[in-house]
Amino acid sequence: MKLSREEVLHIARLCRVALTDEEIDRYAGQLSKLLEHFQVLQQVDTEGVPPTAQSVSLLNVMRDDVVMPSLPREDVLANAPRREDDYFRVRAVLE
Amino acid sequence: MTADLDRLTIHEAHRLLREKTASSVELTQAYLERIHTLEPKLKAFVTVTDEAALQQARRADESIAQGKITPLTGVPLAIKDVICTKGVRTTCSSRMLENFVPPYDATVMEKLNALGAVMLGKTNMDEFAMGSSTENSAFFVTRNPWDVARVPGGSSGGSAVAVAAAECAGSLGSDTGGSIRQPAGFCSVVGLKPTYGRVSRYGLVAFASSLDQIGPITHDVTDCAILLNAISGYDPRDSTSVPEPVPDYTRALKPDIKGMKLGVPKEYYVEGMQPAVAEVMKTALKRLEELGAILEEVSLPHTPYALAVYYIIAPSEASANLARYDGVKYGYSYPGESMWESMEKTRGTGFGAEVKRRIMLGTYALSAGYYDAWYLKAQKVRTIIRREFDEVFSRYDALVTPTSPTVPFRIGEKTADPLAMYLSDVCTLPVNIAGLPGISVPAGFAEGLPVGMQIIGKPFSEETLLRIAFAYEQATDWHRNKPALKGI
Repeated sequence: MKLSREEVLHIARLCRVALTDEEIDRYAGQLSKLLEHFQVLQQVDTEGVPPTAQSVSLLNVMRDDVVMPSLPREDVLANAPRREDDYFRVRAVLE
Repeated sequence: MTADLDRLTIHEAHRLLREKTASSVELTQAYLERIHTLEPKLKAFVTVTDEAALQQARRADESIAQGKITPLTGVPLAIKDVICTKGVRTTCSSRMLENFVPPYDATVMEKLNALGAVMLGKTNMDEFAMGSSTENSAFFVTRNPWDVARVPGGSSGGSAVAVAAAECAGSLGSDTGGSIRQPAGFCSVVGLKPTYGRVSRYGLVAFASSLDQIGPITHDVTDCAILLNAISGYDPRDSTSVPEPVPDYTRALKPDIKGMKLGVPKEYYVEGMQPAVAEVMKTALKRLEELGAILEEVSLPHTPYALAVYYIIAPSEASANLARYDGVKYGYSYPGESMWESMEKTRGTGFGAEVKRRIMLGTYALSAGYYDAWYLKAQKVRTIIRREFDEVFSRYDALVTPTSPTVPFRIGEKTADPLAMYLSDVCTLPVNIAGLPGISVPAGFAEGLPVGMQIIGKPFSEETLLRIAFAYEQATDWHRNKPALKGI
């Protein structure tokens, strides 16, 4: 199990994390070592075993669609890095 | 006021307040003074909320004067900085949320506030609760009060230290793979991770949603039951919250475990375990036997796979949960030239090394072509691990293991080797994988450093765990030992 620099860059692009050259090398080594250790899972016979996503037996938790108070707009926008009037301001999405 | 903070439990503070021997303002001031004396060395707190705490204390005193008192009215507590507190910044010990002020309270905070508790401040942690030593905090390292050259454990290191050093009467932590129990063990205090679904996660900043739970860290088992009473219960705002009735957990505190069947899983006592920790455990198990419990060796053969299962599932869920930090709605934002540059640099510079490592690991495990081999495989082995626990709990009331295979390690000792760090949670991870409750209680000392004993139960068996823990605590004096805080 050996991740190349290219594979690390590919993963970093998928999760939108900018990495420095030094980080790419370090993560390539560390992630490779971890994945190599995690290979032990391949020894486990899971034929016919269903996956577990969560450990409570609740399914399809529903609630009535009732109007509830929302958070105050000013309180929410107070945390915005950039705002304009009552909007979050972002860089151009379409170029 | 003459209360000795060193020995002040929640139930003792409550007694002082009820008998009007002390006021909440007096207790709160005493804790704040102690915090400001100890913090330069211990660094358990990210934020100390002096003014707000005194205001809450004054309100508590008014309430007590009117004869209205709950077990937590006026009792000063500390809260892990991963739990949203309205109007008080909640950082997750990350640059990403350094200036984030939540516009709402977590459900557990609403409950504590309704009971009249006082919040002294927010405690340090591994960034986004990812770590086992509190060294991953973006701000500073928290020190173990038993030896300041050593880690307090993590990720709830600040909450455990705040209790161990008597900077508060009790605290809340969160536990995704051991983050309450392991630091509780390392600091010689009590820490309980409730059954998944027992305590609402609403307002708990998400790390791995199928594993996270909030729980108490306290001076003794009685306090643990009191805090668990306060925070448990169904919450319609958390769809994984379970509508099980909440018993009065303090009623479980009977020092009688005669005839209880306790399993000792042999897979938890093997390689990598420090001989001194094994010695302490041997004595602890003997004490449980002397108390009338029936101990038998049991086997959970898939335990060795829990580490891999956890470190695939938790990072996978984290990679999805942490996708929200894009520098747009809140949190740190890098002012790039384009949208993608802004987002990638926000995440590249706003997250620390361990958080990025886990996001990358999870992204890889979920990515096209690898999903079946890693994520799905881990979820299937998760099923097997759960079934093994189910089977054992059909024959035993609880399982007893060490909380951690080692005593607290030195600061810096494991930071260069992620796998070595991950292995310090090897005894606590399986409990989260299966959604079970687990408690760590002080079990003694090895080379002068704390050792914790973990008791694991089937879902919603917190009463059984508290009863065993209480019986053990009453028969030992470990929880009365307090760090000397020499030179602090």
